[in-house]
Amino acid sequence: MGTRTVIPFGPQHPVLPEPVHLDLVMEDEKIVEAIPSLGYVHRGLEKLAAKKDFNDMVFVSERICGICSFIHSMAYSTAIENIMKVEVPERAQYLRVMWAEMSRVHSHLLWLGLAADALGYESLFMHSWRVREKVLDVIEETSGGRVIFGTCKIGGVRRDVDAATLDKTLKMFDDIEVECQEIVHVFAGDPSVHKRVAGVGILSKDDAYALGAVGPVLRASGVTWDARKLGYAAYGKLEWEPVVETGCDVPARVLVRAKEIFQSIGLIRQAIKKMPKGPVEVRVTGNPNGETIMRVEQPRGELVYHIQANGTKNLARFRVRTPTFANIPPLVKMLPGCELADVPIIVLSIDPCISCTER
Amino acid sequence: MGIMSKSPWILHYDGSSCNGCDIEVLACLTPLYDVERFGIVNTGNPKHADILLITGAVNEQNKEVVTNLYAQMPDPKVVVALGTCATSGGIFRECYNVQGGIDTTIPVDVYVPGCAVRPEAIIEGVVKALGVLELRAAGKAQTHTPTGKVKA
Repeated sequence: MGTRTVIPFGPQHPVLPEPVHLDLVMEDEKIVEAIPSLGYVHRGLEKLAAKKDFNDMVFVSERICGICSFIHSMAYSTAIENIMKVEVPERAQYLRVMWAEMSRVHSHLLWLGLAADALGYESLFMHSWRVREKVLDVIEETSGGRVIFGTCKIGGVRRDVDAATLDKTLKMFDDIEVECQEIVHVFAGDPSVHKRVAGVGILSKDDAYALGAVGPVLRASGVTWDARKLGYAAYGKLEWEPVVETGCDVPARVLVRAKEIFQSIGLIRQAIKKMPKGPVEVRVTGNPNGETIMRVEQPRGELVYHIQANGTKNLARFRVRTPTFANIPPLVKMLPGCELADVPIIVLSIDPCISCTER
Repeated sequence: MGIMSKSPWILHYDGSSCNGCDIEVLACLTPLYDVERFGIVNTGNPKHADILLITGAVNEQNKEVVTNLYAQMPDPKVVVALGTCATSGGIFRECYNVQGGIDTTIPVDVYVPGCAVRPEAIIEGVVKALGVLELRAAGKAQTHTPTGKVKA
């Protein structure tokens, strides 16, 4: 046994777009323990529910995370709609699926880029983000925003998308799909990427299940579970299967996310084709009274909203369990025994979203 | 254009932002906006940086990190507050753990509002910061001690 050294990793570190701190206990080049410390982006926004109207909280929930922003606002709105027993128009349900899947495509491309950067493959990082900009163009064309959409509201969506724009969206995604195939081809087939990550960051199927991993981390360890199968919004009316890989390591997680890009593009096509005509919102009056739990699938995994309302305009309790929070115990399990140089890519392989986790 | 404003190196730190502004900062560096063609390089090391880009508001936990990063940067240096949260606390202003904008902790030279701030606005903010950097290098703008106090 060598001498133990503690290497601080973060909170400000080139591979981390967001602050998180890990104390890495090392024996030579090997990690024996990883101690996380959090709180650098804690704002305390759950408590804001006591100060803001429940309708305004849609904007706050959208800003829990700037990457899966739309999915947060959708989860919050659906939860309140469940309490108030509001029937959301069908067109709004399909539009929600379309925007949610667009955020998944841009989030996964963003992640593929960051992963390439962590591997030292800068041109691949640039290419992923170049394609991601095209997705952002579609998002801007349909919703008006680039990263914060602002389109979801309680009772439906804030704006409709006309047929011409939907046609254009389909065409743009045809181009995006071709470009994504080129990028994924490099991730899946390049021998230097493979050599760098094969067998790194192992999380067995049993560990993934026992530690409560969610999202691509869970599915890359061979467990078939995707919260979209619960059928919220219009997911119940679309045809698709969760992407599952059995590699249990970093390349398996890369593959799950890469395949989910194409799955999402497929879902966007289905949603646009099946979208009925009609209104996109209903008028919601009164205040919510009751309790609900809402589970949705974010790009990073399963997101849980717990809301208690007491009949006033402020919610009694607003609680969010985010996917990265669920994936931190599996991450702490993956790190011991790995090399210091592998830490950035292993940390990234759970696609950490710290601003979600700390809120 | 003087010697300081030719290839500024930037340091990006996420205060307590929602990530929206941070991914827009990264988007500036990637092919569509590509600020590297102007010699603007994103560095991870505060000791190499000329411009500090901060997104998000200041809270109890990151106050010290922000002060440390600022103190480690060599003079002359410029601070740009990106996004509504960094300028005033934004939508999170009323949160119990949010102190307010970046200027509650360190001196800010350029404010770039927006939620989320757009890449074009970020680039304009950096260009404005270059002007301040130039003045400061020539001794024509107010300078601060590492702790953020105004130098006499």
